[in-house]
Amino acid sequence: MTSNVAASSVAEPPPALEVTKSRSGGSSLGRYILVRFLLIIPTVLILVTLVFFLIRLTGDPITAALGGRLPADQLAERIHEAGYDRPIFVQYLEYLGRILTFDFGTTITDNQPVVQVIASYGTATLELVLYSLVVAFIVGIPLGLVAAALRDRWPDALLRVSAILFYATPVFFAGLVAKLIFGVWLGWLPVSGRASVRTELAIGRDGGTGIYLIDAIASGNPAYVQDVLLHAVLPALTLGLLTAGIFLRLVRTNVIGTYNMPYIDAARSRGVREGRLVRTHAYKPALIPIITVIGLQIALMLGGAVLTETTFEWKGLGFQLAAYLSSRDFVAVQGIVAMIAIIVAVTNFIVDIIAAFIDPRVRY
Amino acid sequence: MTKPRLIDRVPVVHQLRQSVGLQRGMLVAGLVLTGIFVLCAILAPLIAPYGFAQLSGPDGANFGAQQPPSAQHLLGTTVGGYDVLSRVIWGAQTALYVVIVAIVLSVFIGILLGLVSGYLGGWVDRTLVVVADAIYAFPTLLLAIVVAIAISGGQSGLWPGILAAAASITVVFIPQYFRVVRAEVVRIKAEAFVESAKVIGASTPRIMFRHVLRNSTRTLPLIVTLNASEAISTLAALGFLGFGIEPTAAAEWGYDLNKSISDVAAGIWWTAIPPGLAIVLTVLGITLIGESLNDLADPRLRARRRAKAQTPADAVAATQPASREMMGEVQ
Repeated sequence: MTSNVAASSVAEPPPALEVTKSRSGGSSLGRYILVRFLLIIPTVLILVTLVFFLIRLTGDPITAALGGRLPADQLAERIHEAGYDRPIFVQYLEYLGRILTFDFGTTITDNQPVVQVIASYGTATLELVLYSLVVAFIVGIPLGLVAAALRDRWPDALLRVSAILFYATPVFFAGLVAKLIFGVWLGWLPVSGRASVRTELAIGRDGGTGIYLIDAIASGNPAYVQDVLLHAVLPALTLGLLTAGIFLRLVRTNVIGTYNMPYIDAARSRGVREGRLVRTHAYKPALIPIITVIGLQIALMLGGAVLTETTFEWKGLGFQLAAYLSSRDFVAVQGIVAMIAIIVAVTNFIVDIIAAFIDPRVRY
Repeated sequence: MTKPRLIDRVPVVHQLRQSVGLQRGMLVAGLVLTGIFVLCAILAPLIAPYGFAQLSGPDGANFGAQQPPSAQHLLGTTVGGYDVLSRVIWGAQTALYVVIVAIVLSVFIGILLGLVSGYLGGWVDRTLVVVADAIYAFPTLLLAIVVAIAISGGQSGLWPGILAAAASITVVFIPQYFRVVRAEVVRIKAEAFVESAKVIGASTPRIMFRHVLRNSTRTLPLIVTLNASEAISTLAALGFLGFGIEPTAAAEWGYDLNKSISDVAAGIWWTAIPPGLAIVLTVLGITLIGESLNDLADPRLRARRRAKAQTPADAVAATQPASREMMGEVQ
């Protein structure tokens, strides 16, 4: 009985696939990929529409950003110039049309194209998310396997309680405490920014990739590499350990679930040792769901990055978003959020495709 | 099959009796922490030494800003000159209001949509599923920010602020309840008792609300506890980003943490640690309850019992594991 339950749970397709399952009758991988790809369009459309109308509920963006700072007639003139006095539906259609050409508008407060903002700050966020994913993998997955192998004994208990503790700690509070202990009291690590000013000037001189680690290595000066890495330690650990807790719990649950399946019993009856059962037999099928979760995690990390970046003054997309929020520049907010919606939809698509290639049970 | 006694059927009591060892420890710890949180929230006017927006003592003298902990101010004062301990205690009340409003709203709307969508099917169902999936995949915090802008345009007073925060959290949660209820409804719709109700001639609303709804809410207490802790984190995050409630209208932990960022760089710990710990302990308490309930509902994860006999509830749980992966819950 128990093993049947385990089997059905492990074979359960990722939730995002349910829709395609009911509709596509074909069984080829190509068709599956096509349907998943086409599903990106309604997903992005829905989110962009939702964000557009929600933000417009408060009125036009120009009054929101500049109201009270400009005389009424100048304000009205700028609203008319930008076309915000036309019917909302006309503006909506125009907005959709511009998104098709990757034009997300121009920010009101500093007059920059949103695409430009995303390009120049997005690399910093990408760098932070990559570091954190590395931390989450290195910490979360092995510890999850340990917890599953030593189930219900003290290391498992300790790991699970600390995973819950990490989940319960808001990322910005963890960041503040880390800053206080390692930055202020012990003085071991820098508390804010992506690099010290000198390094930033030196490695940013000839353009570069915007990913500081690569730029620092390209500069050939080990002092710059060290500086960049030291600045990354606290933000990466803060955001990474939060995700590691999620990975740990997922790996533990899945390995235990797989462990109860009939083929494990079969292997055990052939005389395979317990340690080897966990390492080679239960390990691989249990890790497949992780791939799907990574997709959702990247979305969550983009949200978490807003808080982490604000805490550590890491000048990425999230930091910039928070700055635009406080200056009430809703064109910028709308553009960045729409862009993130697209990134999330595409990431989920890629993850689903990878999962389908690895796990034949997901294909339809 | 004998009917279990009433006390055993009360949700948490049954699980408490069922649990052993570490799982019982986790459940008890969770209940204690959550109990303290609720007591603080209810008794805030009695136990807080000062009001949340009070700047001066009974003698009329100002508290002063960033004062270190002392006999008058056990946890010091903030950069704005408020008493830290009082704001931490009052913050529990704000958090409790938001959690209750958010959960009630999202459970109500989510169940209704899931029921209608799952039972009636057709294009309404397909549209709602795509919309729910789209929202579900989006970073929850960003969505909450956008909704907060839409409702209040940023900062606001006590009740508008609480409603705005609760509504932002609600929008994020509705897809979760929708998915779970819809999946259950689709499964139950095919059962024989629904068929027989149709044959007897029961109306569609009657079947939906009497026959299907009652049988499809089994996993909800679990999601409610998990979401309650998420609601507190989201409220704090909104406050931290400056979308909270004004300090004179109510105390809010996230707002206080935001104001303490600059204090931390100067080595002032007492403005950051207390509100942060309050968030951690509250979320921890509710999460521990949720985790224990989840593990106890899933026979694969439940610690082995010493008793030999299986209760009827165990048999039900064994056929219907409510593991969180199945609900699509990954946090």
